[in-house]
Amino acid sequence: MYNFDVEMPSTIADAVTALARDEAQPLSGGQTLIPTLKARLAAPSVLVSLHGIAEMKGVSAQDGTVTIGGATTHATVAGEVADAYPALASLAGRIGDPAVRNRGTIGGSVANNDPSACYPAGVLASNGTVVTNTREIAADDYFLGMFETALEEGEIVTAVKFKIPEAAHYEKHLQPASRFPLVAVFVAKFADGVRVAVTGASENGVFRWTEAETALSADFSVEAVAGLKADGSSMISDLHGSGAYRAHLVGVMTKRAVAAINA
Amino acid sequence: MTEVKMTVNGKAASGNVEGRTLLVQFLREDMGLTGTHVGCDTSQCGACVVHVNGEAVKSCTMLAVEAQGAEVSTIEGQAAPDGTLNTIQQAFQDHHGLQCGFCTPGMVMSAAALLKDNPKPTESDVRHYLDGNICRCTGYHNIVKAIMAASGQDVSAIAGE
Ligand SMILES: Cc1cc2nc3c(=O)[nH]c(=O)nc-3n(C[C@H](O)[C@H](O)[C@H](O)COP(=O)(O)OP(=O)(O)OC[C@H]3O[C@@H](n4cnc5c(N)ncnc54)[C@H](O)[C@@H]3O)c2cc1C
Ligand code: FES
Ligand code: FES
Repeated sequence: MYNFDVEMPSTIADAVTALARDEAQPLSGGQTLIPTLKARLAAPSVLVSLHGIAEMKGVSAQDGTVTIGGATTHATVAGEVADAYPALASLAGRIGDPAVRNRGTIGGSVANNDPSACYPAGVLASNGTVVTNTREIAADDYFLGMFETALEEGEIVTAVKFKIPEAAHYEKHLQPASRFPLVAVFVAKFADGVRVAVTGASENGVFRWTEAETALSADFSVEAVAGLKADGSSMISDLHGSGAYRAHLVGVMTKRAVAAINA
Repeated sequence: MTEVKMTVNGKAASGNVEGRTLLVQFLREDMGLTGTHVGCDTSQCGACVVHVNGEAVKSCTMLAVEAQGAEVSTIEGQAAPDGTLNTIQQAFQDHHGLQCGFCTPGMVMSAAALLKDNPKPTESDVRHYLDGNICRCTGYHNIVKAIMAASGQDVSAIAGE
């Protein structure tokens, strides 16, 4: 690792100021950034820790919306969102392993937008909103591609809001070495339609599978999606699975999620 | 350099560290507590698990400065001062829960965190909780058996090796 300074602000305003320094970068749970720094894939000169910012921690639920502070750990979400939005708590409780969940945060996950990360699928399927220090960004406008988001330089994810669906399920096919999904699908059933978000599959990162959404909005059953095939042409192909295999898994995970909701 | 102060296994500990100094480096190199192991570069193996303010964390994936003011416990704090092993450590010995021993400090610290939250886990709970602790030797069966035994449950029916 190259060396860097560490700043420990206790308010969002101080963090924003600290991030204005040259080559400054936020550090949240460090569960992605620290391994990246060890591999010398990044060389910030200042890390601005968000860990001590109380106003970015915690969970609240009201009027059909769950709001989670950007520096809230996966473990806290798994525990505290279980009543308000069980499918989201279940997603958080299956990220990585217990030690990763004790440090890793929702803000870090959503800012990083790893093409195989869990939260982006939850945020997109739940028609969520990413809240930053300057604005609110609808999920549909936020996730722009692999490791790409609508965030500007120095902008901090301070909270993430989720609309609570009538029913939802996150189906994750584990890549057992990394503990990330090989492919995972989040299905959320709202009164006005169904949203289906897929992670781990596309070279463009998380996406909505609109054919499945249309079919499920008309008929929420496994049969409604049984004949659908996701397009494998722009899917990730690596030693863990070909694009065609991932496209197949998208269908299987979607059917399983629907079956779990209807069970 | 920044001065860090924390409590390690109940004793005050301090030192001067760089921004990039990992908690595990501080523990091993500055404190001389080499029981906490480093088994990977990728935050995946769990050999480095310690408790920070009572929670299991990978000490290779946390900066020493982030532990400013924290209560840290490591494998060295598990046995009694006279060397008597704690219940989990004794169960690992009784049930042959280790071979080379490299993963063992992390396994014991993860097991301690599990049993604190879930004093009577099922075999499946134990296996899931150890998702982030990799063992190259044992095949896990005896580790799971040892943790079940440490929780005071009958392990005669659990497969061993
Ligand atoms: C062994 C292992 C298994 C894992 N398994 C999974 C898994 O199954 N599913 C999954 O989704 N993830 C998984 N992860 C990743 C984990 O969820 C990370 O915690 C998460 O991706 C990043 O969150 P963090 O808080 O650790 O962020 P950090 O590592 O601190 O930061 C990540 C990036 O986001 C930026 N950043 C951080 N916070 C903010 C913010 N609030 N605003 C703006 N930018 C910010 C940082 O500058 C950095 O670029 C795993 C990680 C490990 C080590
Ligand atoms: S040394 Fe492997 S996870 Fe920390
Ligand atoms: S006993 Fe050798 S790695 Fe687990």
